[in-house]
Amino acid sequence: MTRVVGTRLRRPEGPDKVTGRAMYVADDVPVGCWWGKAIRSPVAHGELLGFELDPAFDFSQVVLVRAADIPGVNVVDLIVDDQPILASDAIEHWGQPLLLVAAADQATLDAAVRAIDVRVRESEPLLDMEAAEVVFKEIVIDKGDVDAALASAPHVLRRTYHTDSQEQMYIEPQGAIAWPEAADGTVLVRGSLQCPYYVQRALARALDIEPARARVVQAATGGGFGGKEEYPSVVACHAALLARAAGQPVAVIYDRHEDLAVTPKRHPARVRHATGYDDDGRLLAMDVDVLLDGGAFTTLSPVVLSRAAIHAAGAYRCDAVRIRGRVVKTNHVPYGAFRGFGAPQVCFAVERQMDAIARERDLHPATLRKRNALRLGDTTATSGRLEESVGSEEVLAKILERTGFEDHPWCQPRPAAGRKRRGAGFSFFFHGAGFTGAGEVHLKAKVDVRLAADGRCEVHSASTEFGQGTVTMFTAIAAEALETGPDDVLVVEPDTGAVPDSGPTVASRTCMVVGGCLARACRELRARIDAHGGQGAEGSFRERARAFLAAGGDGRVEVTYASPPGLVWDDERYEGDAYPAYGWAADYVEVEVDLDTFEVSMERFVSAVDVGKAIQPQLVEGQIEGGSLQALGFAHIEVVGTKDGRFLQDRMATCIIPTTLDAPPMEVLLVEEPFSHGPYGAKGVGELPMDGGAPAVASAIEDALGISIDRVPATPERLAAAWLAAHPEEAL
Amino acid sequence: MSAVSPTSLDAALAALTADTVVLAGGTDLMVEFRTGRTRAENVVDIWRVDELRGIAAEGDGLRLGALTTCAELVRDPLVRERAAILAEAADEVGAEQIKNRATLGGNLGTASPAADLNPVLVALDARVELVSTQGKRELEADAFLRGYRETARRPDELIGAVLIPPPRKRRSAFRKVGTRRAQAISKVVVAATVELEGGVVRSVRAAAGSVAPRTVRLRGLEALVGQQPSADAIAAAVRAVDVTPIDDVRSTAAYRELVLRRVLVTMLGRLCAADE
Repeated sequence: MTRVVGTRLRRPEGPDKVTGRAMYVADDVPVGCWWGKAIRSPVAHGELLGFELDPAFDFSQVVLVRAADIPGVNVVDLIVDDQPILASDAIEHWGQPLLLVAAADQATLDAAVRAIDVRVRESEPLLDMEAAEVVFKEIVIDKGDVDAALASAPHVLRRTYHTDSQEQMYIEPQGAIAWPEAADGTVLVRGSLQCPYYVQRALARALDIEPARARVVQAATGGGFGGKEEYPSVVACHAALLARAAGQPVAVIYDRHEDLAVTPKRHPARVRHATGYDDDGRLLAMDVDVLLDGGAFTTLSPVVLSRAAIHAAGAYRCDAVRIRGRVVKTNHVPYGAFRGFGAPQVCFAVERQMDAIARERDLHPATLRKRNALRLGDTTATSGRLEESVGSEEVLAKILERTGFEDHPWCQPRPAAGRKRRGAGFSFFFHGAGFTGAGEVHLKAKVDVRLAADGRCEVHSASTEFGQGTVTMFTAIAAEALETGPDDVLVVEPDTGAVPDSGPTVASRTCMVVGGCLARACRELRARIDAHGGQGAEGSFRERARAFLAAGGDGRVEVTYASPPGLVWDDERYEGDAYPAYGWAADYVEVEVDLDTFEVSMERFVSAVDVGKAIQPQLVEGQIEGGSLQALGFAHIEVVGTKDGRFLQDRMATCIIPTTLDAPPMEVLLVEEPFSHGPYGAKGVGELPMDGGAPAVASAIEDALGISIDRVPATPERLAAAWLAAHPEEAL
Repeated sequence: MSAVSPTSLDAALAALTADTVVLAGGTDLMVEFRTGRTRAENVVDIWRVDELRGIAAEGDGLRLGALTTCAELVRDPLVRERAAILAEAADEVGAEQIKNRATLGGNLGTASPAADLNPVLVALDARVELVSTQGKRELEADAFLRGYRETARRPDELIGAVLIPPPRKRRSAFRKVGTRRAQAISKVVVAATVELEGGVVRSVRAAAGSVAPRTVRLRGLEALVGQQPSADAIAAAVRAVDVTPIDDVRSTAAYRELVLRRVLVTMLGRLCAADE
């Protein structure tokens, strides 16, 4: 039995956030701080010819930074060195930063921006991913003989699915403040970010300084959803270059419009399926082709593609699987990290394909899922064997029991009444926790815990809190492992000058990987204290910790992540154990479609989720509800269109996300199938809820209207067009 | 930015010049100032002119001051009784903060084709009272809303009030189709009133937003007057409706046209259903 883990522990940082005391980056601008901004490309493709400075404006009051002024490498450090901090000649996307400006106040900055004219030679942009020639990354997964299995399968279904982009819409836009080099050579950046060490490496290369001289501190951060994984490196480099030029601290803080117009969003995808199956709908062969639009630069696209490819065959057992994934270059604003990271796109496709097979075989979609679901001992598409912590059967059983979906005559003719049609839909899915393959082995995440003089235990890690609950979850894990209460734990602010590199706060890895290290570190610390004082010694934890320190005990423990034994991954062949563990889930949605407007009303949502162990159940439920609502928005109302390489919905008035009125009542059914190498059995939960909502909604709309939904968002505009195509007699 | 904030109607009228920007609740203009679409120069902020506030009965009708906010329209019992669809539309305009600032006069003055209150005013046969140092004049809402963000207001005039005629036995309906359920700008917005007498349509007045450069009175439907409102008659009248929607960031021309007609068929069918 656990004492703290599994309880509804209050968020330690919560009171500061709800009372306004938490300091977000824009709340804490130092005296004398200048303001900076990027001048951006007005075209999606072309060549930068130069800048015309209006002689009527006094440019001596501002600083300008051009590509040539960058002391280090003109590259935003990430995976491939193809994205310049500032364009020097070639322009690859609309809004690409060309020149930086800073001034002592915002009015002067605005005047300076107006006094600068960008001269470019425009060329034809490539905006159709199907026509793209540059491939950022290609991945092939091969299991069994797919061609033979397809050839001999009694039935083969081929279909193509599309998912459009999606905006993260974190509540706080991007921003960073940089200070010029201090006397000791250190450059400080404070920002709204998920991954302090990514920013540190980017700053070190841009400024040509040792990484240790680039100190990155995370400010209170208002949401990320992946959107603050890679882009803060751009903002931080801009701010630091301007601070260096100005000799003053410089704040680069985006307004909502700039943030929506230029920061990375979810990759648009096209997924083709050819599936062979028998009369009972048992899967015999899955041939999947995944194409992602990467936009103008590589950014994180290879890793997004990796997750997309590995999840493309869904949570299903099949002996013959071929997955070919490519992410290609276009002249769109680069796409990037967003909760789910490639999985929502492919999950939509495979779940719709399963529904299509169910319809073709006249099987209930739930029956088809149960018949094909991966179970303990099965092998995944990458031929990794599922050895433990597989909650697939339990999530299916729980959700079907709660919703009675198996008795629902899905896509069967039903008596119609009035101008509304009701429908129900379903999805089943999994999501790997942690970095793919050998990623965690290479990363060697570190955490350290230190006893402070007052006997409290400080947790030092680079894992960031941005609303998802890192601080609470770490507090619970540390208190549990130390066998004390949460008040004896202090999770310190992520500051690269003070915390070890725990890796980025992404990929559903913080709890399972970093939390696992933390539990080990705290158990070791507890053992040291016990060894000093003896088991059952008198006094509170703090008293005993102080006594331990007073006696010269070493109150600091650092732990480096060790991969669970037996995991094998071949990165060349994309074969083996892609992840140490998976979260498993099933979603159920009821909708009502208005036949006059084709608006879809979400009436009920149920999700059954195997998280291994809910460290703090309220936060886990919150993650599932929030992620699911994001998925429901992705399914039917969140439109992110482009024209000439520019996002059309670039203001909050037009870039729509669901409000509470758009949210259905939500029920979360937690399943805890523990993972022996996760802290107290915990796996990941951050991304999983983003995966299943869109296909479940599409399934429910298909049930309501009888028309196939092969693309999301299934906007009223698209539904109206599909309805008219199916009912030409209703055309006006 | 240059701005004055007069506290009396006389002072406000005296401050008007040929290029004055009249600022009421600011829910449109503050955005426009920020984007640069409207320059924040020569601003006359009328928010403190109390003579432009107030909701009052006028006979069996209503007199609504130009500065009446959406929030006031939503909660006022007289408005709910005599112009229920105006309260309904005001409630769907936007967030609570927006409803606290957005005004009836501002909706008219901005004359956005997507404005939610303006189709209701046209459907209710509302009249717009304009005031200047020269005196007052009244115009039908439909005549006041001349074109895309263009009105019949002269630069020396302010919108003083909106006059809503008595409801008589008129039935009314309102439907907003936005990009989501709340805090959304309309893709299509429709308001209609119908009066029946002895199973025959005595009057029908409907208007729509976001389907033309201006709030458009759907005159095609008025052919129903004098007819029995059968499903066929309604369908024929709806077919005769003439609108010119466009593709934009919120929706498509095809969707707007289709949905307007489908909504109208259902709406008129309900309004004309024989239950009297």
